[in-house]
Amino acid sequence: MPEFLRYPLQAVNYGVFMLLVWYFSAAPPYTQLTANQAVITVAFSHAGELREECRQLSQEELAKLPPNMRAPMNCPRERSPVTVQLLLDGELLIEDVAHAPGLYNDLGIDIYRSAKVPVGKHTLAVRMNDNVRVEGPTHSHEETVTLEPAQLLVIDFNSEIRSFIVR
Amino acid sequence: MSKRINPIKRSYLLLEEWFNISFGSEWNPLYHLGTLTFFFFWVVLISGIYLLIFFDTSMAGAYASVEYLTHDQWYAGGLMRSLHRYASDAAVVTILLHMFREFSLDRYRGFRWWSWLTGVPTLWFVITLGITGYWLVWDELGLYVAVLSSQLMDSLPVMSGSMARDFLAGQLTDRLFTLMGFMHLLGQPVLLIFALWIHVKRLSHVDISPPRGLAIGSLLALLALSLLKPALSHAPADLTRVPAVLNLDWFYLNVYPLLDKWPADQVWMLTTAITVLLMLMPWLPPKKTGAAAEVHLDHCNGCGQCAEDCPFDAISIQSRTDEARWENEVVVNPGLCAACGICVGSCHSSNPFRHAKKALETGIDMPQFPIEEVRTRAESALAGLKGEPRIMVFGCDNAIDITELKADNIAVLSLFCTGMIPPTLVEYAQRHGAEGVFITGCRTGDCYFRLGNRWMDQRFEGRRKPVLRQRAKRDRITVCRAAETDTAKLRRRLAEFQRDIAALKQEESACKDEREASDA
Repeated sequence: MPEFLRYPLQAVNYGVFMLLVWYFSAAPPYTQLTANQAVITVAFSHAGELREECRQLSQEELAKLPPNMRAPMNCPRERSPVTVQLLLDGELLIEDVAHAPGLYNDLGIDIYRSAKVPVGKHTLAVRMNDNVRVEGPTHSHEETVTLEPAQLLVIDFNSEIRSFIVR
Repeated sequence: MSKRINPIKRSYLLLEEWFNISFGSEWNPLYHLGTLTFFFFWVVLISGIYLLIFFDTSMAGAYASVEYLTHDQWYAGGLMRSLHRYASDAAVVTILLHMFREFSLDRYRGFRWWSWLTGVPTLWFVITLGITGYWLVWDELGLYVAVLSSQLMDSLPVMSGSMARDFLAGQLTDRLFTLMGFMHLLGQPVLLIFALWIHVKRLSHVDISPPRGLAIGSLLALLALSLLKPALSHAPADLTRVPAVLNLDWFYLNVYPLLDKWPADQVWMLTTAITVLLMLMPWLPPKKTGAAAEVHLDHCNGCGQCAEDCPFDAISIQSRTDEARWENEVVVNPGLCAACGICVGSCHSSNPFRHAKKALETGIDMPQFPIEEVRTRAESALAGLKGEPRIMVFGCDNAIDITELKADNIAVLSLFCTGMIPPTLVEYAQRHGAEGVFITGCRTGDCYFRLGNRWMDQRFEGRRKPVLRQRAKRDRITVCRAAETDTAKLRRRLAEFQRDIAALKQEESACKDEREASDA
């Protein structure tokens, strides 16, 4: 191959390489949401209730313990799992059961779940059970919302006021 | 030569041939994929340092500072930003091509296991470096990358708390942003350099710079692309909205759309499975490396030429352990030895003119094909020649199979690598009846054992010890390097060489006749 012909060929090769680099650096576009979709995210941190209540130890039970461990009250550390349900217009959209992490299952849980939903007016119902000793929801909230395209609606739970917040 | 070549290797060799035509073997980018990756890394580093000067590492200021660089300072900052992005993308392409090349040429198993095993996680280091880079722009794409990366991290059992929740409106602080900035600007690049050092640790004479022409061409191409198609941002990140359509960089962010379909733990399982499978490839199935080179101290003066020439850093020099008068001796690390035989070619004691009456022994030898056997086989092959001109063909086991070149006037001898040929062996063949010596092996720039071609050329040109002596008839030696797909080219060159030798003989004979006539 004559030397002078090599340079145009090299230019072609560089061109193909850069075309490849340019195209896949930003294409093909990825459609995450269609034009009439929004996203609802349920996201909060919360510690479930203790699985068992504290109870007074009997004298016999205390006697079996080493002297330095004879605390009169026995408070198991394990916390209840937290169950969350989100219903959109009466239909179950998200359901999650989060078990308390930690060596003794005594830490708070983190919920983060998202779902794509059609835009428009909807009735949201969110229910949570954070106590295994209680049947059914321990906290719930219902609200009518109007969702816009690409809107991110967040459902949070404030553990201090023990209430759901939709924003 | 009728041996079947697998279609992947054939395709790769054809691509390589195309680049040889357009770039020549010296600049062929496929022979410099590692150094090109390094080069792109330097471009990324230098452009990144420039961007850092103007970049605001705060949540509120990041996007605006990038927009300023892109639009208000398009001639410098915008150009640097585009170079930064496109050089990063080009690096992924060269890494993937590098992997494909090693795979298609079966250069990832056996003694090469270390480079492959350490190369796979290095690719992940590069990918994660790119991911944090996209995060820092803090546009819609940055937010998308941040949220999904956090979801991936949250799904790991070692993580406590939810990182993804940080990206909901009202939760995010500059602290996390500064941490990401630190990771991208310092932590990850340092980790990557360390990973690259580990990756090439078992090699000697490591090149980290591509040939100047290739570097200039690549930089010009990157500059042209940066000027024609500057890198742009998406809309600024809005924590209350989810971006609908994203222009993903598929070189770096290809895993993320999977998170739309699968839970994060399943994405982890898939990527981990692919990574582990890739890392285990050198053993699926394993490839046996020949017996390691052996040092024979009786014939070693500790000159260290073999240690200097070893492409895999398997030979070291230490103080003499016997009573010999030399100061040093060499020692082979069998775990690193690739059994290429290049050390045999570099040993002065491998001279076949030595020990003419007894077995030839050398300072460092290959147990499965000792230099004595090389000499004996060359002698017997030459002794069996009948036709004219008598040609000795030396080949290499990793290029074209030369056995089919054998003819009445052509003797063949294949070695592990052409770098295993002591220059004196060529001279020896000439003294034992070879009128022409034809040497073939892996394509120029593509030695299976990395440096065999280079060392052989330097020895023949007198630039590296042991040199081809003056008494060798250089006009009767030719080198034609060829891959398995170059059979026709090799046959053509061999036929030409035979014609050349025949013409030389005729010329010599005419001169001799003329001399005799004038003497008479």
